Amino acid sequence: MIGFSVNGKRVDLDVDPSTPLLWVIREQLGLTGTKYGCGMAQCGACTIHINGEAARSCVAPVSRAAGTSVTTIEGLSPDLSNPLQRAWLEEDVPQCGYCQSGQLMSAAVLLRDKPRPTDEDIDDAMTGNICRCGTYPRIRRAIHRAAEIAAKGDAR
Amino acid sequence: MIRRRAAEGITGKGMQRRDFLRASVAASGGLLIGFHFPRLSQLASAQSSANVFMPNAFVRIGTDERVTVIVNHSEMGQGVYTSLPMLLADELDADWTKVGFEPAPVDPKYNHPAFGMQITGGSSSVWSGLEQFRQAGAAARAMLVAAAAQQWNVDSSTCRTESGAVLSGSNRKLTYGQLVGGAAKLTPPEHVQLKDPKTFKLIGKPIKRLDTPEKLNGKAVFGIDVKLPGMLTAVVARPPIFGAKMKSFDDSRAGAMPGVRKIVAISAGVTVIADTFWQAKMAREALRIEWDEGRMQTFSTTQMMRDFRERAKSPGTSVRKDGDPAAALANAAKKVEAVYEVPYLSHLMMEPLNCVVDLRAGSCEVWTGSQFQTVDRANAAKVAGLPNEKVQLHTTFLGGGFGRRANPQSDFVVEAVQVAKAAGAPVKVIWTREDDMAGGWYRPAFLHAIEGGIDASGNAVSWRSRLVGQSIMAGTPFAAVMLKGKDYDPASVEGVDDLPYAIPNVAVESHQAEINVPVQWLRSVGHSHTAFAVECFVDELAALAGKDPYQFRRAMLEKQPRHLGVLDLAAQKAGWDKPLPKGMGRGIAVHFAFGSYSAHVAEVSVTDGRVRIHRMVCAIDCGRYVNPGIIAAQTEGGAIFGASAALFQELTFENGRLQQTNFHTFPAMRMNECPEIETQIVESNEKSGGIGEPGVPCAAPAIANAIFAVTGKRIRRLPIRMTEAV
Repeated sequence: MIGFSVNGKRVDLDVDPSTPLLWVIREQLGLTGTKYGCGMAQCGACTIHINGEAARSCVAPVSRAAGTSVTTIEGLSPDLSNPLQRAWLEEDVPQCGYCQSGQLMSAAVLLRDKPRPTDEDIDDAMTGNICRCGTYPRIRRAIHRAAEIAAKGDAR
Repeated sequence: MIRRRAAEGITGKGMQRRDFLRASVAASGGLLIGFHFPRLSQLASAQSSANVFMPNAFVRIGTDERVTVIVNHSEMGQGVYTSLPMLLADELDADWTKVGFEPAPVDPKYNHPAFGMQITGGSSSVWSGLEQFRQAGAAARAMLVAAAAQQWNVDSSTCRTESGAVLSGSNRKLTYGQLVGGAAKLTPPEHVQLKDPKTFKLIGKPIKRLDTPEKLNGKAVFGIDVKLPGMLTAVVARPPIFGAKMKSFDDSRAGAMPGVRKIVAISAGVTVIADTFWQAKMAREALRIEWDEGRMQTFSTTQMMRDFRERAKSPGTSVRKDGDPAAALANAAKKVEAVYEVPYLSHLMMEPLNCVVDLRAGSCEVWTGSQFQTVDRANAAKVAGLPNEKVQLHTTFLGGGFGRRANPQSDFVVEAVQVAKAAGAPVKVIWTREDDMAGGWYRPAFLHAIEGGIDASGNAVSWRSRLVGQSIMAGTPFAAVMLKGKDYDPASVEGVDDLPYAIPNVAVESHQAEINVPVQWLRSVGHSHTAFAVECFVDELAALAGKDPYQFRRAMLEKQPRHLGVLDLAAQKAGWDKPLPKGMGRGIAVHFAFGSYSAHVAEVSVTDGRVRIHRMVCAIDCGRYVNPGIIAAQTEGGAIFGASAALFQELTFENGRLQQTNFHTFPAMRMNECPEIETQIVESNEKSGGIGEPGVPCAAPAIANAIFAVTGKRIRRLPIRMTEAV
């Protein structure tokens, strides 16, 4: 049995410990917001947080999650109140939308570490997340916007 | 009248592909052919009831005030789940906050009005849906007004509508939800009055997309996310070489692995069916399969391009001939010739192919991100041994399509139904990224050999393009109909056969290559390579004439006002005449495709052989437009898609085996490589053109021409490698 928490809920699973966390999250836990894109940590569609740090769940064996706290897109904020989600709405970012869970999860770690990121910071943090629709210009604007929204929120 | 309007929506060379699509229906089994708008009364549905008002196939209104627009085009990022509902909601005077969408089931009612079947492609959703969705909304509105008038016992003409309600005088108001019961009893009108465009509330505005919220919290359901009770997951071991056949397989180890339910030979290869994806994938790796490699085992793309080059030395099938290009070239003051090459490309959708099938005795349900519902359902039915009506195809969100999910053979659907037959339970077939990339149906590789000449004043007087490459249509069930009477494929030469420049002597010739690599349309199809070759060669002629590439184009486009419009707009917004910092260069390109005109200016630098795109200015004229926000997104996305191919992407084969496997060997542009992109939309009253594809073609030539501007070297092969520049 491998035990960890997912979006604040404790789970204990009887699963092959070498199975990538991605497939456990999607198939055993039914949280399909985290996407499969490459299976080799190249595209970032599977990005989640393990103990608050961005991880590519397609190459992380489920054993790595044991005893940790995992957050998926479903746990970012179900009511879209997270500043990133609000900014993504304002900038109308997604096209097909398939990569956006991963984009948001990477951006969340960036904003936690750098509340007012520069364009270079955005390049550094977001380069692991591919978008084939080409939403990069809007993602960049939305991250800056989310930083503003979060700053205003803090001031209140 | 409606029929005529639809026909007018078809413009220029886009027609050829659309011809194919109409013709193809006949080939695939006598479905509706030709331009056809069902009359409104034929769209009436028995689904209206006391609680639901469904006056036609495209809209449903509930007593809860919800307006659900049923959309017959697939949402693959291009925004149709917003732009088509906008058309309907505007005519309906709906409260936009109450408007939602729903994918249409497969039914002739939902056929593409121009193509005669259910398909999303050819950048056609909005122009083909313009009348259809507006009519549907206007008809619903007229019935709601009639229901209110009846209830108030007043004349309909005294009523007006606003934000989801009918009003009369100063104190009468009934919401659409309150009118559901009354309206549901009425007969839909035969004719309706459409709004004066001046009174549009939604059309023409950058309305936010309806599908964004569910794409930000993991709720949007793509094909890969579908889950059914008792569902198994399968992968397929497919041949390592196109045309290879399975001789035998040994599953003694794989069959004993945990979770594995069945291992079965199907026509596509060997399927491993297991409880979970990872179990299926692990077991597939433990399979030992012997293949009869067939005659493609020596196939090499290096050799293929050498053969193409050789073939281009002899005349091909004549596609276009104006004047006497050979004589004009012989008499030209200066001449240049160039050979351009582009490789096979994978569509590389973020969501690899997948398909869920629940096959029962007498029925079959399919869930997938399809761009080609009519054909996919018919092909699924054939494999299932069921009549079409017994097969339900549910269209999910598509994690990118780019043409791959409109496969004429329905390869990924047919295979999944075969797997379902073997599984004996609901099953999801998942393609890994490697499977998807090796699975074929690529943008064909092409070679363009072009020669041209200028006169003593530097005017272009002769142009001859010879193309060598595979036909997309050949070998499909549609080939006989489409290629009848033509010995070239229009989709191979689109974008060069309509060379817009005023050059008196022009020849376009086509050589069709017969190679057993399956090819298919990829975002912007033939234009994805013709614009590169044509716009780079125009630049070479400008250099030969010692003229500015923008002014050189201008002079040859005097009779092409819409080309000129986007060219001027892009040049002006990019500040064409303003000097750039040292080490930077600017390139320009203009192209017509899918009913729309587009021009790009790219600014690049080249450092130690590394190309960096700093800025792209894109001008687009797609006629009367519906949602400028979505148009900007598509134009930016198209530029990035084109730039990705130009900078990074190439599929190569050696010994019949694909050399690329995943994003590390077939890259896509990333955030740190993405330039600043500015989109300028031309205000136009011309008929609407497409927007999903027209942003792609100009990217590669604008970048290549900018590289010439800064380095003096020409790029004649994609992807761009400075070591190959000449």
